[in-house]
Amino acid sequence: MTETRHRRATVLTTGLVVIAVALAGAALLSLAVGARDIPFGTVMHALANPDSGARDDLIITQSRIPRTFVGLLAGAAFGLAGTLIQGVTRNPLADPGILGVNAGAGLFVVIAISLFGVTTLTGYVWFGFAGAAITSVLVYTIGSIGRGGATPIKLALAGAAVTAALTSFTTAVLLTDVDTFDQFRFWQVGSLANRGSDVVVQSLPFLLAGALLAFASARALNALALGDDVATSFGQNVLVARLIAGLAIVLLCGTATSMAGPIVFIGLMIPHVARAITGPDHRWMLPYSMLLAPLLLLLADVLGRVVARPGEVQVGIVTAIIGAPVFVILARRRRLAEL
Amino acid sequence: MSVVAATRRRESSRARRVSLILLTAVLAMFALTLSYGDFQISLPDVVRSLLGLPTPAGVDYIMHSLRLPRASVSALAGLAFGLSGAIFQQLLRNPLASPDVIGVAQGATTAAVLAVLVGGYSGSFVSVIGLIGALITAIVIYALSWQKGVGGYRLILVGIGVGTALTSITSFILTRSDVKVAAEALIWLTGSVNGRTWAQIVPLFIALVILLPAALMLGRTLSGLQLGDDLAKAFGVRVETSRMLLLLTAVILAGMATAAAGPIAFVAFMSGPIAVRLVGGGRPVLLQAGLVGALLVLVADFIGSHLLGARQYPVGVITGVIGAPYLLWLLATANRTGRGG
Repeated sequence: MTETRHRRATVLTTGLVVIAVALAGAALLSLAVGARDIPFGTVMHALANPDSGARDDLIITQSRIPRTFVGLLAGAAFGLAGTLIQGVTRNPLADPGILGVNAGAGLFVVIAISLFGVTTLTGYVWFGFAGAAITSVLVYTIGSIGRGGATPIKLALAGAAVTAALTSFTTAVLLTDVDTFDQFRFWQVGSLANRGSDVVVQSLPFLLAGALLAFASARALNALALGDDVATSFGQNVLVARLIAGLAIVLLCGTATSMAGPIVFIGLMIPHVARAITGPDHRWMLPYSMLLAPLLLLLADVLGRVVARPGEVQVGIVTAIIGAPVFVILARRRRLAEL
Repeated sequence: MSVVAATRRRESSRARRVSLILLTAVLAMFALTLSYGDFQISLPDVVRSLLGLPTPAGVDYIMHSLRLPRASVSALAGLAFGLSGAIFQQLLRNPLASPDVIGVAQGATTAAVLAVLVGGYSGSFVSVIGLIGALITAIVIYALSWQKGVGGYRLILVGIGVGTALTSITSFILTRSDVKVAAEALIWLTGSVNGRTWAQIVPLFIALVILLPAALMLGRTLSGLQLGDDLAKAFGVRVETSRMLLLLTAVILAGMATAAAGPIAFVAFMSGPIAVRLVGGGRPVLLQAGLVGALLVLVADFIGSHLLGARQYPVGVITGVIGAPYLLWLLATANRTGRGG
């Protein structure tokens, strides 16, 4: 018994290392590939001599390194947040995008641009964060009114309703203000491009706090998965566990959305991939999600840079097109509501 | 037996009364839309202009180029959305299964935006493209949720997923266009009845002339279909044929209306349940739902263009703001009665 458990732990740890190596490879790819391809040798040169001033080195340090870091951090945050949301709600279709969080962040970003004249991504971050936080609490509260708590269909619908209402307000602002619309339409699709390193730096504390809370609630999520009654009988304080996980979700989703814009489906897909590898233990699912999500996000971003040269397809579009089929497959599964 | 017959008579006379009242309200709003504005036109002048009789200077131009197209497209698109939504909801036995929730409207939208922004088309060809988009999306969603029959909730979830992907494609196209063109497309994306031309309205009108009677006739089998497939078969309703024809009608209506006025939020979704509440008795209420839809669009457009200060808002902004609380309310009450899933 202990023997098999040990072996399982070894296998899963090895898996994590393999994914981490793949992630490093994806990060290198993200540094090298783009409108202007840069050979790996030059990438290494730029990493070693960040101040050389050569053109390729500048592209790497000014544009591709921040971009790659945004992808790594936002991806990890979306992955963790998705696993947490699905664990807390016991709902396999829960996802920040489906739950209307993006619409909330969107409305606040529009307000930031239009009312307060904010023009930089660094400035958007706080507004996007506040919008995402408020909306996620709102949608979850509405979705859990009445019988049966937060079931998949109720949450999806509460998300759709809140999205519709917030989108109407957003549109009302955008229609009156072409300049705001011009900025907003690029934020709205979800992209890693043109984020400065200051965005990375100022998001870091929030992401770290969110990740710590996420890992702290792994055990509690395992208990919650058995149902509130069983969890309570195991001595788990259900309400506190939900609150901690909820705070982590708000921190992670809010920060990631404000960094990269609304990126749908990634927080939805990754937990399922992780669960397929690790089984339902959140102590393994969380680290796997945290590495798999940025892997997918970076690869999607690189793909988006390659398919439409010399322009690029924003990463949010690529993940939506990959993600929709996964969502459909999940929706077809019979035992949907019984995670 | 006579009690049943008496109840039926009472119900159908109530349904007729509701239809009449709704029709009157729609006509009143239609007339108000024609007459009210920066340039007031008196009702006698409205009638005279419609009949082609001589009128004061400027009236004919405002009537025939501005207000009549606007009022017509409001009424027609509302009618089509209301009908389409009610058919979906009653056929799938789920108040949430309207075309704007389950992705059909998004299909029409994405196709139309592609046609306008990428293809550079305009006018009635866009209607055709929008219609094709709606049809393809509907077929895809229906096929993807098929599993020994189409379960209501599965179809809704699949539809929401497909709709989300389509929406992000639409956003992508918006980033690829000139900002002025994109801003115009945004107005259309919100749902607007401003500045429509007859080339956009006539296809919708023709579709309604053909499909409204067809829907009402097919709708008679609805109360059979609502019992569930097995019972309906037992009563001799040809389940699959009726269902397919009705769905097809509903998809075409939603697609044509979207192409003409944009995806006006929530009209398809709200009209059916409101009509059911007005008529009572839990019977299919297609005609009444269509009239409610027409009334909703006319009223919302009136609010958006005259009652919110100097600025005019497209009709879709108004219906979105009205509709979202309604959806939440529906969610809450459905939970109370245990139908919330």
